[in-house]
Amino acid sequence: MEYILQVNQLFKRYKDVEAVNGISFGIRPGICFGLLGPNGAGKTTTIEMIEGVIVESSGDILYKDKPRDKTFAQQIGIQFQSTALPDFLTVREVIELFSSFYTLPQPMEELVELCQLKEFLDREANKLSGGQKQRLLLALALINDPEIVFLDEPTTGLDPQSRRKFWDLMTMIKSRGKTIVLTTHYMDEAELLCDELIIIDHGEIVVQGSPRQLLNKHLPDKRVCIEQQNVSFDESSVTGEIEVINNDIEITTTSVEQTLRDLMDQRVDMSSLRVRNPTLEDLFIHLTGHQLRD
Amino acid sequence: MKEFLAVFVARNKEFYRDKGSLSWSFIFPILIIVVCAFAFANPDKTLFKVGTVGNQHEMASLALLQQPFIEKIVFTDLDQALKRVQHHQLDLLVSIDDDSKNYWINTESSNSLVAEQLFTHHDKDFIKQETSGSKVRYVDWVIPGVLGMNLMFGALFGIGYVIVRYRQNGVLKRLQATPVSPLKFLSAQLASRLVIVVSVNVIIFIGCNVFLDLIIVGSYTSLFLVTVLGGLAMISIGLLISCRTANEELAGGLLNIVSFPMMFVSEVWFSLDNAPEWLLSVSNLIPLTHIVKATRSIMIDGATLADVSYHLVSLIGITIICLGLASFLFKWTKSD
Repeated sequence: MEYILQVNQLFKRYKDVEAVNGISFGIRPGICFGLLGPNGAGKTTTIEMIEGVIVESSGDILYKDKPRDKTFAQQIGIQFQSTALPDFLTVREVIELFSSFYTLPQPMEELVELCQLKEFLDREANKLSGGQKQRLLLALALINDPEIVFLDEPTTGLDPQSRRKFWDLMTMIKSRGKTIVLTTHYMDEAELLCDELIIIDHGEIVVQGSPRQLLNKHLPDKRVCIEQQNVSFDESSVTGEIEVINNDIEITTTSVEQTLRDLMDQRVDMSSLRVRNPTLEDLFIHLTGHQLRD
Repeated sequence: MKEFLAVFVARNKEFYRDKGSLSWSFIFPILIIVVCAFAFANPDKTLFKVGTVGNQHEMASLALLQQPFIEKIVFTDLDQALKRVQHHQLDLLVSIDDDSKNYWINTESSNSLVAEQLFTHHDKDFIKQETSGSKVRYVDWVIPGVLGMNLMFGALFGIGYVIVRYRQNGVLKRLQATPVSPLKFLSAQLASRLVIVVSVNVIIFIGCNVFLDLIIVGSYTSLFLVTVLGGLAMISIGLLISCRTANEELAGGLLNIVSFPMMFVSEVWFSLDNAPEWLLSVSNLIPLTHIVKATRSIMIDGATLADVSYHLVSLIGITIICLGLASFLFKWTKSD
C-alpha cells in the first residue's frame, strides 16, 4: 500500500460557490501531510469531506485503497477547527464519554500522559485555556488509537508557548507511526512539521511536494536583508534583485558571498544584516501573487 | 449499549450541574401553584352554573335558563354532567328526553339547594333526583393542568434547546465524527430528559399533595404512566422541532408557537365546556389535552387506565409519529 489515503478529482459545489474544484492527492503512511492555504481556500471543506462530515459533490476518496465504509469512523481521529464540548463535564468525564463510542479505546492514563492532561483532569472542560483545550481535543482524536489523525488548524489562536507545546505533541504522535493530516495557515508550522504538503487557493491545488523540494524548485535563491534606515548604496553594482519590504531592503541572490562582497565594497553599514532562506510564505506569494492571509 | 448509557449519564450530569435551569425547573411550577392557590381560592360565586342534557329546543323555554345570572352548559353525556354536579362544578343539572324530565341537585351543596328553589319556582313538572359528593376545589381541578403544563415546558424546551445549542456550538458535529449513531444519541437524550421531567413532576406532585391535600381518587401507578407517556409525546415534539434548527432564537420562537396555544386550548386553566365545536376538535389533537384530561380523570374521578385509554393511545400515536419524523429528518450540522 503506497498511500494510506487517496483523493481523486474531489469537488464540492454549494449553490453559487465552487468550494473545492477537482483536488487530487495521495498521503503516504506515517508522514505529516499539510494542507495549506489562506482562509476560505477550501482546506477545511476538503478535510471534512475526507472525514465524512461533509458529503462530496463528486470524486473518490480511498482509505487503504478501498472506498471508506462504516468502520472508517472507528479507525480515524479528528480534531475540528472549533469544537464545543458538552457543558459542565470535567476533562475526565469527557474522555470517558468519548471512550464509550469506540470498541477499543486507549486507556485513560495513556491519553492523559501523552497529551499532558494530568494537571487539569478534574477541571470543567469548557473552562480550560486555549492550549489546554486543544490538548484535550487532541486526546479525543487519539482515543481510538487511530492510524490516521486529522487536525484542522489546531494551533490557531494559541499563544507562542502553547503552539510550541502542541508541535512537540504532534512530533511525538508522528514518532509513534501515525499519519497526520494537518491544515494550517501558519507557514512556520507547516515547514517544521510537514513532510509533504499541498498549497490550496480558490479550491484548487497550486503546488504539491515536500517543503524543501518546493522551495528548492521555486525559490532557490537566498534573501539578504538590511534595515533601510541610514543605508544607501548604488543598487546597480550589487548582485541580486532588490526589493523594499516593510522598511527592509531585501536582496534576492543566487550567490550570498558575491552580494555581501558588493555591499562591503560600498562600505554599507551591515550591523542590521540578516541572511535568510525563502519561506513557504514567500513561496505562496511567489505562486499566487497575494499574501497568505489576504 | 455503553454509548447510550454514557450519553445518558453525561446529559444528566449536565442538567443537575446547571444550577440555574435546575432551580428553575422546580421554582416555576411551584410559583404557578402558589399563585393559583391564592388567586382562585374564592372564585366568583355570583353565577349559578346549570348543566343541560337532552332536548335543547325545549330547554330554551325554561324560565331559569333565561336569567342573565345563569351560566348554561350543554352536555351530551349524562354521566359526565353528573360528575360535575357531584364535584360542585354545576349547581343544577336539567335533563329533558322523550320519556321524562328530570333535574339533579347535590345535597351537600348549598348553592345547589338555592338553584333548585329558583328552578322549581317556575318549572314544576320535573322529577327531582339527588346526588352527593364533596366539593372539588379549583386547585384540585387546576393541579393536573399545571402538572401537564410543566411536563410540556420541561420536555419541549429541555430537549429542544439542548439539541439546537449542541448543533449551534458544534457539539453535534464532534459527535458526528465518532461512530455513535443518531438513533443512539437521540434515544439517550430522550431517556435522560424523560427521567428528568418525570422526576421533577413527581416531586412537585408530592409537594402539592402535602401542602394542598389534593383529591386523588385514582391510582398512583396510572398517574405515573400518564406522566411517562405524556413526557414521551412532548419530548418527541421537542425533538421534531429541533431536528434541523441551528439557531436558538428560531428554536425559541418555534417552541413558543407550539407551547403557548397548547396551554390555552388544553383545559389547563379553564374548562372548554362552552367552547365552539371546532375548538374542541383542535383541542383533541393536542397532546397536552390528553395529558391533562387523563390526569384529571384519574385524580378527581378515579378513572382507570381503561377509562383513559383513548388519551393514552393518542399520546402513543403522537410519540410514534413525531419520533419517526424527527429521526428521519435529523441532521447533525447545519450544512450536512
